[in-house]
Amino acid sequence: MNLRRLLLISVPYLWLTALFLVPFLIVVKISLSTTAIAIPPYTPTLDLAQGWAGFKDFLSQLSFDNFTFLTQDDLYWKAYLSSLQIAALSTLFTLIVAYPIAYGMARAPDEWRPTLLMLIILPFWTSFLIRVYAWMGILSDEGLLNQFLLWLGVISSPLHIMNTSKAVYIGIVYTYLPFMILPIYAALDKMDDSLNEAAVDLGASRLSAFWLVTLPMSRPGVIAGCFLVFIPALGEYVIPQLLGGSKTLMIGKVLWDEFFSNRDWPVASAVAVVLLVILIVPIVLFQRNQQKQQEAES
Amino acid sequence: MLKTLIPAALLAMCGTMAAAEEVHVYNWSDYIDESLLKKFEDETGIKLIYDVFDSNEVLETKLLSGNSGYDVVVPTGSFIERQIQAGVFQKLDYSKLPNAKYLWDTIKDRTAQYDPGNAYSVNYMWGTTGLGVNIDKVKEVMGDDAPVDSLSLVFDPKNMEKLQKCGVMMLDAPTEMIPAALRYLGEDPNSKDPAVIAKAEPVLAAIRPYVQKFNSSEYINALANGDICVAFGWSGDILQARDRADEADNGVHIAYHIPKEGALMWFDQMAIPADAPNPEGALKFLNFMMDPQNIAAASNYVNYANGNKESQKYLDPAVLDDPAIYPDQATMDNLYTVTAYPPKVQRIVTRLWTKVKSGT
Repeated sequence: MNLRRLLLISVPYLWLTALFLVPFLIVVKISLSTTAIAIPPYTPTLDLAQGWAGFKDFLSQLSFDNFTFLTQDDLYWKAYLSSLQIAALSTLFTLIVAYPIAYGMARAPDEWRPTLLMLIILPFWTSFLIRVYAWMGILSDEGLLNQFLLWLGVISSPLHIMNTSKAVYIGIVYTYLPFMILPIYAALDKMDDSLNEAAVDLGASRLSAFWLVTLPMSRPGVIAGCFLVFIPALGEYVIPQLLGGSKTLMIGKVLWDEFFSNRDWPVASAVAVVLLVILIVPIVLFQRNQQKQQEAES
Repeated sequence: MLKTLIPAALLAMCGTMAAAEEVHVYNWSDYIDESLLKKFEDETGIKLIYDVFDSNEVLETKLLSGNSGYDVVVPTGSFIERQIQAGVFQKLDYSKLPNAKYLWDTIKDRTAQYDPGNAYSVNYMWGTTGLGVNIDKVKEVMGDDAPVDSLSLVFDPKNMEKLQKCGVMMLDAPTEMIPAALRYLGEDPNSKDPAVIAKAEPVLAAIRPYVQKFNSSEYINALANGDICVAFGWSGDILQARDRADEADNGVHIAYHIPKEGALMWFDQMAIPADAPNPEGALKFLNFMMDPQNIAAASNYVNYANGNKESQKYLDPAVLDDPAIYPDQATMDNLYTVTAYPPKVQRIVTRLWTKVKSGT
C-alpha cells in the first residue's frame, strides 16, 4: 500500500525533475559560464570523465559576472518592466473578454455546451503561426479592419494598429483567450445554481447575487486562467515579433538577441534565470497566501 | 551456422543502408531552381533532403549546438570565418571536387579573407546590398533629380522625410546597416573600433523616425505591391520584387541600384559540417553544384551572381548583362567587404542596433 502511494506520488515529481529541474539547472550552469568560440559556444564544459578533480576544476571556473552585467545596462530592467506591463494588461483584457463568454457557456442549455466548448477549442486546430499571420492581414493599414471602417465611414484615414503595441495586445488576448475561458467555465460549471436562487430568494438582486455568490465561487478558475495567460505572455516572443513594431521592447526579444545575434549563451541564460525568478517569487508567495486563507477558513 | 549468418545479415543491412543513401542540405529560402534537386537525385541515386532557413543566426546556433544532422550548409562569409575557428567544418577534399577548376579567381580571392585558401568552403552565390527603388513613386515625391544611386537617399534625413510618405523599409541586420552608415560618413565600413562604430548611431537614429519597418524579408512583397517606394536590401531580393511586379503587371516599376559610394559585397559559401553524417555525399552535392550548367540554372532562377567563371557561358543574357547582378569592373572595385566582429564588439553592435530601433 505504502509502496503504491510512493510510486503514485513519485510520478509527478519525476516529471517535474526531468522536464523542469534538470533543464533549469543546465540553464543555470550555462549562465555561470563564459563565451567561447567553440562547440558549444561557452566554457567550461563539464567533463565527467575526469571525476571529482574535474568537477572541482569546473566549479572554480564558474562566475556570476553575467548577472552583474545585467544590472549595468538599463536595457534589461526596462525590457523586464515593459514585458511585465504588457503581460499584466493583456491578462486583464483577456479576463474582461473571457468572463462573459465563460459565464454564457455555463448558463447555456445542457445540449449546447459540447458545441460551445468545441467552438472555443476549434482555433487550436489551425497552426498558431497561421492565426497570427491572419491578424497581420486584418490589422494592417490596407487590412480588412481598416477597409471595413473606412467603408462604414467611421474613420477617414486608416488606423495604424499594425506594428504597434496595440497589435501585440490584440494578438495576446486572441491567442490566450481559450486558456482563460476554459478554467473559468470549469469553475462556473461546477457551481450549483440553487445557491444563486437561494441568494435571490433571500432578497439579493441578480447583480448582487452575481457579485456576492457567483464571482467568489469562480475565483479559483479566474486565478488559474490569469496564471495560464500571464506566465506565457511575459516571455512571449512570436507575437511581438510579428505584430509589434521595433519599439515594443520585450524580454523575449532581448533573449533572442543575446542568444542569436551576440552568440552569448551565458548572458542569454542569465536573462532567462532572472525571468524565472521574477515569475516564481510572486507565484510562491501567492500560493502561500492562498493556503493560509484556506486553512483559516476551515 | 550462426557465425556465418550474422555477417551475412550485417552485409545485407549495409547493402540496404547504402541503397538509401541520403544527403541533407540546409540552404537559404528561395535560393535554388528546384528542378536541380530532382536532377541531382537522378544523376547520383542519392536521396536529397533539402531544408531552408532565413537567417545566418539561426543556422549558426544550430551548428554551434553540434550534431545538426546536415551534410551541406550555406552560411555567409563573415559568419563562416568564426565558425571555422569554432571547429564547425571539415576541410574539403578537392580531389573529389573536379569541377572546382571552373571557379572564378576574382571571387575566390575575396572569399579567401574569410576562409584562407578556400580550404573549408566554396562559393555558392554572391551579391550586394543596395537600394531598391520604385522609380515613379520616388520621382513623384522627390522630383526627377532624386539621388536614387546614392546612400544619401536613405541616410540623409531631409530625403527620408519626403520618402516616408511613400514608405521605406530597411534590413533588420546591424552587420549590414552599420557598415553602410559608416561608408556614408566616409569611415571604414569594416571598422572594429567601438569609437568609429559609435559614429553610425546618430546617422541611423536621425532617419529612424522615417523608416516604416526594419525587416529582412517583408520588403520583397511590399516593394512589388507598391506599399513602399524604397528598400535598403539584398540585390537578388529586390530584383525578385522587380520580376514579381512585372509579372503582376500592376504598374509598379522597380530598379536596383548599387550606391555610387560603394556597397557591401557578400558571399554565401557551401561547407560541410565536421559531424556531417554523409561527407562523401556532401562532396558529390558540392561537385554537382559546381557544374557550370547547374549553377547557371540556379543563377538564372534566383537573380544572384555565382562564383563559377565557366557558368557564364550558360547564363541568360538578361542575368549576365545586368549590372545589378554582374557589376562592371569599375563598380566591382568600389564594393567593400566586412569581416566578423569580435565577441565584445559584436555586443556593442547589437546594443547600438537595439538602441536605434527601440530608443532604449
